[in-house]
Amino acid sequence: MRKKNQTTFEGSRVDPIIDKYNAEQGSLISILQDIQAEYRYLPREALEHVARRLNIPVVQAFGVATFFRAFTLEPRGRQLIHVCMGTACHVRGSQNVLEEVERKLEIKAGGTTPDGEYTLETVNCVGACALGPVVIRNEEYLSHMTPTKVSGLLKKV
Amino acid sequence: MSEKNRSRGEMVTFMLNGARVQADPGSSLLEAIRFYGLDIPTLCYDEGLTPYGACRLCVVEVGSGKREKLVASCVHPVREGLEVRTHSNRVLKTRKMILELLIARCPGSKKLQDMASELELKEIKFRPLNDDCILCGLCVRMCEEQMAARAIGFAGRGRDRYITTPFDMTSEECRKCGACMYICPACELRCQGTGAETVLCSGCINTEPVCASRYDDAMCFMVPCLSCVRTPEDVK
Ligand code: SF4
Ligand code: SF4
Ligand code: FES
Ligand code: FES
Repeated sequence: MRKKNQTTFEGSRVDPIIDKYNAEQGSLISILQDIQAEYRYLPREALEHVARRLNIPVVQAFGVATFFRAFTLEPRGRQLIHVCMGTACHVRGSQNVLEEVERKLEIKAGGTTPDGEYTLETVNCVGACALGPVVIRNEEYLSHMTPTKVSGLLKKV
Repeated sequence: MSEKNRSRGEMVTFMLNGARVQADPGSSLLEAIRFYGLDIPTLCYDEGLTPYGACRLCVVEVGSGKREKLVASCVHPVREGLEVRTHSNRVLKTRKMILELLIARCPGSKKLQDMASELELKEIKFRPLNDDCILCGLCVRMCEEQMAARAIGFAGRGRDRYITTPFDMTSEECRKCGACMYICPACELRCQGTGAETVLCSGCINTEPVCASRYDDAMCFMVPCLSCVRTPEDVK
């Protein structure tokens, strides 16, 4: 149940983004991308604010935010770890790599560490199969990963 | 709608099942075909709402030879000289298949079950999903266009697409008018008359058209009709 939504969203970080796109309805996706870059996720109040300013239904902003996997409505960690689970990486042992990361961070794929440092996600092939198993840490591609290698990359939580 | 008003005047001529007929240029194929009294089943179309082209039940065949193709008539405009077939074998087969898929998704809908008996669907070859929404989008358009509430919409995508309120929470925009439920083809409970355990509500399968349309309280297409006093012989 929603608490009667009286939260005044302090739009100061969002408004400049919306202004940059002249509050055009057609720029919804770009606006959401920028907000996601700013907050590392899409806060509910931000979505509501965007909908209000673009004069679109809130549910439309919500629909777009849930349509693309790049958007998330849950806060993400400061560091984003993607483990590739595509076929090529899989046969080279990405399952073990993933399990090691899960053990080390004490979260499951899709989860975020309680201290908000790491978010762990899986992807299915990033097009770098020859380098597999691939782990992507904050857009940095790490090749030929093994459980030992990957373990050394992560701070202990 | 506005298109329609603009286009008064010159009529377009097209071929409907071999007959030369005329229609308003702004109208959709479905509107034109229905104007001539032909029955095209639809599930996501409503006269008062923008056509959406989601259910594909309204398929018809257009063109000839190599350019022959199936289109959704509710979102296809009439065009000068277009050849349209509404009940070719290919159309009938496709329509049945589409309905089969829809029923497999929502076997609980009476509207779909009734349509199945009208189209003489005999079996459902797909595993039933027992969902309660066919994603026709009627509720979304109803809420936005007629109720001006814009409280519900689609979320997710692909097989995870569903209808919801923003953030899956009780919506403040919704004024509980019930219009979305009124127009939903899937949230009606199916005929329980025969206590059917199968996906298809089997009481209605072996039917002849009956008196249902003439008896307000008749519930389904069963022969002999259980809800009125007439026998199949009377109906003929
Ligand atoms: S009941 Fe609510 S969601 Fe449904 S049509 Fe009315 S305003 Fe829209
Ligand atoms: S809830 Fe009903 S009206 Fe809305 S999309 Fe689903 S089937 Fe259609
Ligand atoms: S399978 Fe991992 S990059 Fe292709
Ligand atoms: S009525 Fe045309 S696609 Fe649904």
